[in-house]
Amino acid sequence: MEEMKSAVLEYIVDEYLDEDDEDEVSFDSPLISSGIVDSFSMVSLKRFVENKYSIKLPDEEATPEAFDTVNSICDLIKKHLG
Amino acid sequence: MSNIESYEKAKNDFSWDIARDVLNWKDGELLNIGAMCSDRICDRGDADKTALIWEGFGDRKEKYTFNDLRIYSNGFAQFLKAQGIEPGDRVCIFMDKIPSLYFSFLGILKLGAIAQPLFSAFGDESLEVRLASANTKAILTTRKHVRKVRKIKDKLPELKNIIVVEGDPAKLKEGEVFFDVESAPKIEEFDVFKSDSESPSVLHYTSGTTGQPKGALHVHSSVWGQALTTSWVLDLKDDDIYWCTADPGWVTGTSYGIIGPWVLGTTQCVLDSGFTSSRWYQFIQDNKISVWYSAPTAIRALMKDGNELVGKFDLSTLRHLASVGEPLNAEAVIWSGEVFNGLQFHDTFWQTETGAMMITNFPGMEIRPGSMGMPFPGISASVLDLESHEPVTEPGKVGLIAFRPGWPSMFRSYWKQPDIYRSKFVGATEDAMPDELRMNPELWYVSGDRASIDKDGYYWFVGRDDDVINTGGHLVGPFEIESALVEHEAIAEAAAVGKPDEVNMEVVKAFVTLKPGYEPSDDLELDIMNFIRKRLSPLAMPQEIEYMDRLPKTRSGKIVRRYLKAIEWGEDVGDISSLSDE
Repeated sequence: MEEMKSAVLEYIVDEYLDEDDEDEVSFDSPLISSGIVDSFSMVSLKRFVENKYSIKLPDEEATPEAFDTVNSICDLIKKHLG
Repeated sequence: MSNIESYEKAKNDFSWDIARDVLNWKDGELLNIGAMCSDRICDRGDADKTALIWEGFGDRKEKYTFNDLRIYSNGFAQFLKAQGIEPGDRVCIFMDKIPSLYFSFLGILKLGAIAQPLFSAFGDESLEVRLASANTKAILTTRKHVRKVRKIKDKLPELKNIIVVEGDPAKLKEGEVFFDVESAPKIEEFDVFKSDSESPSVLHYTSGTTGQPKGALHVHSSVWGQALTTSWVLDLKDDDIYWCTADPGWVTGTSYGIIGPWVLGTTQCVLDSGFTSSRWYQFIQDNKISVWYSAPTAIRALMKDGNELVGKFDLSTLRHLASVGEPLNAEAVIWSGEVFNGLQFHDTFWQTETGAMMITNFPGMEIRPGSMGMPFPGISASVLDLESHEPVTEPGKVGLIAFRPGWPSMFRSYWKQPDIYRSKFVGATEDAMPDELRMNPELWYVSGDRASIDKDGYYWFVGRDDDVINTGGHLVGPFEIESALVEHEAIAEAAAVGKPDEVNMEVVKAFVTLKPGYEPSDDLELDIMNFIRKRLSPLAMPQEIEYMDRLPKTRSGKIVRRYLKAIEWGEDVGDISSLSDE
């Protein structure tokens, strides 16, 4: 689980934050509600997760709340990995 | 009793002078939107009334009075003047919805300069195109967004002033200036620019089917249209707490998120944080919001999160709801009536170019769910036959939504593009200048949208008449996306169209052919998506990419988007005899 969280966090830092960004993002940092990832960009984050873990997340489960932290994203991934 | 009282009576007795009565306007007063939204409200005795209730992410919350608006807008005006900004210069506002956005907008207008607000999620390429087009002289931004400016500033020789309005001044780079208006000395007096009705005020960029985005130029007398529509359609009263959810990077956020409410002296709320349904409901509850102007995309997202969530909040202060951005579907109108104490969203139709609402559902009028409503009093509207461009007389027949020119908030031109402005008018002569066009009651201004009118005069939206993609209530130009797509190392050719989406009405779908040596893959698709997101904006990012061996083209080699779009929408592809079979 820690490895999965690190991979998702790394992707978020690489793709949604700038190199010299002062925002520190941790596993429980709000992503959607803080504006780091907006609702349109969430689509690419979902796509990353689906590609990386070879899963398909139903739209009704890929809500802003479910994608609001690395922890909640990984809970969702884990559920679909079975 | 609503402000408009009776739609029929308002229509019959209409004059735009009623807007002056609504504002208690006296001849000889200064017609400057910046001062009208701040100084004038103080002068009428409301200096201590709350103008802005602002909440950011976390627990950040601020309140500002109209006197604060007056002082801080003076502060921006004075500072910009000292930086060498003169009346008529374009000053870009490129920041999230922080208080300084609102103060600076009024300050720019007080100085007589032209405010050019841009959506802060734009990537550096979208920003560059718009700043270059407007020959923008100064940009006001934040530590978060100044990075995008740094990437492009060397390509913008006319951009002289890069001003960062918050953060740590020690982190600025050479050529950047720091200005935090709230910690700067308070400017009690500023000699406001003596604008007249035709003085330019705001430049909003909007996308078209072809070419890069165009700057729709507005003037200070737009305020009459914005004030009267705010009063009659949004029905704002002195004791209302109003929330317009739009970002001032788009026209709704300035016309109805700044000018309309504040020129009437209304208290308004701004929420600067990411969207979640519970956060929005909490915001309404905490601030006792009474009038709410939002967008179909957000309403459908709220709807998706269910009725149970709504019930967890006390939303009993709400008394009037309205919507704008794209057509509001009947289901969303009916749903809102079920969960918001019987209140249904009133759909409104207008666009960047019109500057104010044109066809709307009015308070007190029967809402026909899914309908756009009826033309605002004083607006002469019709739908024109698709071929003859004559007004359609048959109920239910689809045509082009068009308006007779001459309403106060009408855009005055596209920035430096009078030919494109002229092309929007049916009946215009080849050499007509913008001033002649906008005052000629014989012409029709064509909006680019299709609708029908039923036998009772209600308008029903059908769709765009062009290839522009309306996603989440924002127009995105396919040309801009395609131009950026072919800059990706793997892409040879590209076409972008809108595809249906349950929440956003449309989202961008790209069709691409790949250069030799590249193979379709999920990882490449994600790479292309992120490439566009960063260069243009999250709105422009294709949410689906389809790899093709070749794109449909005419025999002259032009990509036929119409064909791809028809397939996406499950529509008849029409005459394809002109498609190349090579």
